[in-house]
Amino acid sequence: MVKQKIVVIGNGMVGHHFLEQLANRPERELFDVLVFCAEPRPAYDRVHLSEYFGGRTADDLAMGKVEQYREWGYDLRLNDAAVSIDRENKIVTSASGASEAYDHLVLATGSYPFVPPIPGHEHSKCFVYRTLEDLDKIQAAANHGKVGVVVGGGLLGLEAANALKQLGLEAHVVEFAPGLMSVQLDEGGSNLLREKIEELGVTVHTSTATELIEEVDGGRLRMQFKGDKELVTDLIVFSAGIRPEDSLAKSAGIELGERGGIVIDNNCRTSDKNIFAIGECALFNNFIFGLVAPGYTMARTAVSLLCGEAAEFNGADMSTKLKLLGVEVGSIGDAHGRKEGSAAITFVDEQTGVYKRMITDSEGKKLRGAVLVGDTGDYDTLLQYHLNDMDLPEHPEQLILPALDGAAPTLGADALPDTATICSCHNVSKGDIVGAVQGGCCSVGEVKDCTKAATGCGGCAALLKNVVDTELAALGVEVNNDLCAHFPYTRQEIFHMVQVEEIKTFDELLEKHGTGKGCEICKPTAASIFASLWNEHIHEKPHVGLQDTNDTFMANMQKNGTYSVVPRIAGGEITPDKLIVLGEVAKKYDLYTKITGGQRIDLFGARLEELPEIWRELTDAGFETGHAYGKSLRTVKSCVGSTWCRFGVQDSVGMALTVENRYKGLRSPHKIKMAVSGCTRECAEAQSKDIGVIATENGWNLYVCGNGGMRPRHADLFATDLDDVTLIKYIDRVLMFYVRTADKLQRTSVWLENLEGGLDYLREVVIEDKLGICDELERQMTNVVGTYQCEWKTAINDPEMLKRFRQFVNTDEKDEKIVFVEERQQRRPATEEEIVKIAEPA
Amino acid sequence: MSEVAITRTEWLQVCKRSDLVADSGVCALVGDRQIALFFLPEQEPQLFAIDNWDPIAKAGVIGRGLVAEIDDEVTVASPLYKQHYRLTDGQCLEEEAIQLAVYPVAFDGDDVLIQVDQ
Repeated sequence: MVKQKIVVIGNGMVGHHFLEQLANRPERELFDVLVFCAEPRPAYDRVHLSEYFGGRTADDLAMGKVEQYREWGYDLRLNDAAVSIDRENKIVTSASGASEAYDHLVLATGSYPFVPPIPGHEHSKCFVYRTLEDLDKIQAAANHGKVGVVVGGGLLGLEAANALKQLGLEAHVVEFAPGLMSVQLDEGGSNLLREKIEELGVTVHTSTATELIEEVDGGRLRMQFKGDKELVTDLIVFSAGIRPEDSLAKSAGIELGERGGIVIDNNCRTSDKNIFAIGECALFNNFIFGLVAPGYTMARTAVSLLCGEAAEFNGADMSTKLKLLGVEVGSIGDAHGRKEGSAAITFVDEQTGVYKRMITDSEGKKLRGAVLVGDTGDYDTLLQYHLNDMDLPEHPEQLILPALDGAAPTLGADALPDTATICSCHNVSKGDIVGAVQGGCCSVGEVKDCTKAATGCGGCAALLKNVVDTELAALGVEVNNDLCAHFPYTRQEIFHMVQVEEIKTFDELLEKHGTGKGCEICKPTAASIFASLWNEHIHEKPHVGLQDTNDTFMANMQKNGTYSVVPRIAGGEITPDKLIVLGEVAKKYDLYTKITGGQRIDLFGARLEELPEIWRELTDAGFETGHAYGKSLRTVKSCVGSTWCRFGVQDSVGMALTVENRYKGLRSPHKIKMAVSGCTRECAEAQSKDIGVIATENGWNLYVCGNGGMRPRHADLFATDLDDVTLIKYIDRVLMFYVRTADKLQRTSVWLENLEGGLDYLREVVIEDKLGICDELERQMTNVVGTYQCEWKTAINDPEMLKRFRQFVNTDEKDEKIVFVEERQQRRPATEEEIVKIAEPA
Repeated sequence: MSEVAITRTEWLQVCKRSDLVADSGVCALVGDRQIALFFLPEQEPQLFAIDNWDPIAKAGVIGRGLVAEIDDEVTVASPLYKQHYRLTDGQCLEEEAIQLAVYPVAFDGDDVLIQVDQ
């Protein structure tokens, strides 16, 4: 079979989406695919570009990875711009001189920033805000400056202003129009947004036209405004709108709009039927769609058509919800009420800074548009009314008025039609979600995996949960979060009862709140909660029977019933003398020795009765228990940091020691791993840990809730450039909040994914103290830290505890069933066959 | 066959009450047999004796398992692969074909006595 050839020009977000969609289809096999990309790297997330200054790296923002493209079988040509299209012979020529024939050509060339032709705009300290390279240049210039100006008060301009602020500059926004975000907001919304942004320290100049930019003394820039005003700055960022990148299409003779943009029909085809145009370079109905979601829809349309299915692009809703400099802003449909016969309902709360306005038809029956500033809580509901053209309730004003008794009148999922789009990033309808639930998905997480809903911008997460819960309820599925048969409560509820009622023992807990005698689920859970709150030794009488076997014997049981021993080697730092002790102990007891992934040393094959002797020798040499057996802090991995490494910017080992010694012994719902890296190269792999710390020039970036293992998850950047004290304070709070609220055996990654409100909510709790519990969380942590004891040291000095470590209570004989063989100069458990062989007489 | 002389009806003293751990298990060696002893002071009976050998994990570890009540029955959860064995008759709740041997066991004052078929 001869394959058809698709050439894609441009590898931005939309180009990438096209390639990703195609790769996931069986029809992928029908095509050879080649991609020209002018930039030095494949597609990255431009929507979150400003987070680059918040500590996210180019890798974090990457969407298309070179390896991924190779896996998909795409021929990716980076750093090679397409320069001409020969439509007659269907050949694309690139800057490097490559000539590639195509059957289908996809133009995804995107857009470029519009720079107004102000005299002086080409000065070396004038920038645009579009690519990572632009950001690098801005950052370099900001290092030597105090003031930065953004020209343009639209959505992107405000993002850029936020970036300048993050770089430590005094930020100004200069806007020609009378208001900010004039496309999306009406006057009232725009005014409030301005007030809020100025409160945050950004100076806003509206109705201001720049006439001249010139260099003044000391290499700074003077901006001359119309009407004799002026401003001196160190750098200028232009963000005055975008223009479609259509020059290639133009020179190929493809039809363009009067003011630019490649004209497409509702099949996303250009005037040449073999050529598609998608994303911000395309002009549909005389409109450029400058948001990513419509671009994705175009990409999917093109893929469907190439695969032989019918598909149409019929324009897109430009509603948007976002946070600008921390201010919530939402805009739906006809925000200005321009259509004839529009009526408006407005709610303003000057005290809290909230502005909400609904635009309806003259009868107040249908929602035409809305503006929300300061609080976008009603956005999802309003958007559904708008998109599905649903009849508004009898008193539509209730949709934006604060609920008096706290119950917000959210739109019941029941009321939505099956065609309602819940997730616009991945085009998932209510019907798709209902189908997934009926097909066996029983949780929001499963529906996410199955449909991809809420995995894009995440804005629809609350609505998704609503739909899933409603559907589960309709199917009669009862969501049971009980801990086990003995406690009809969640772990969080039990934690709360234990704390408030100061319950100290399992018997008391069972008597007050449980039934029966307890099991292997509730007993260790209760033991963990007691330890988190009261921190008594796990072998204190009432707790003995609650522990899992590894906690009971403070070692990790291996497959043949022997144990492994892991002493703490904080931060992976160890003196030669202590290393020798480990070697001597391992040799004496013939323990299989292996280096762990967490920079420690694991000694395997210790018999139960040998554990106390081994630990006596280890504690005598100054070792402490490593808690490898507990649901507790395991290791804090570190790189060598600024002490030795020429790239290091902070003392990562020192910080790792501080952190590990602080949290060692903390009992938690599941194990906790941490790491500290001394620079952005991240050699300690901190982003795969529950708590990850990465050094910056100015302090530490804190990452939370990462995970390795079966389902890896990159940690989320939680806060940047923290000093030592604040870093520890935040870790204290995050960990204690996790200990308090997580489900049994729930790692931090899953905990965060299930936390309603997600990362933003966690920040509100930990940084802004939204719940007013931070003092208490810190007090609890201080208590745990202050009551730390090495469990092994205590145990070897307590004859009663040591009695536990007898193989047999009635004899000193050994367990003859444990058999070892030698392999690579060390012992290992014998296999079944080997045991049979050994037992047979020779 | 066996060097240890134990008759069917004989009660053997294996250890003292103080050797036991409340709400948990220990292990005793009787002849060449490893027997796990569980002491549950709040229950009736208070004492259980069951084979220490875990036939699924193939290791002598039952005595180090956690005591768990499953559907109103007292069981021990194997520490390696977590199957439950009923303390009263040794039946594995997850695998019908697997049943551990159990032994009559009782207190005689401070002595723990056990009866082992031989």
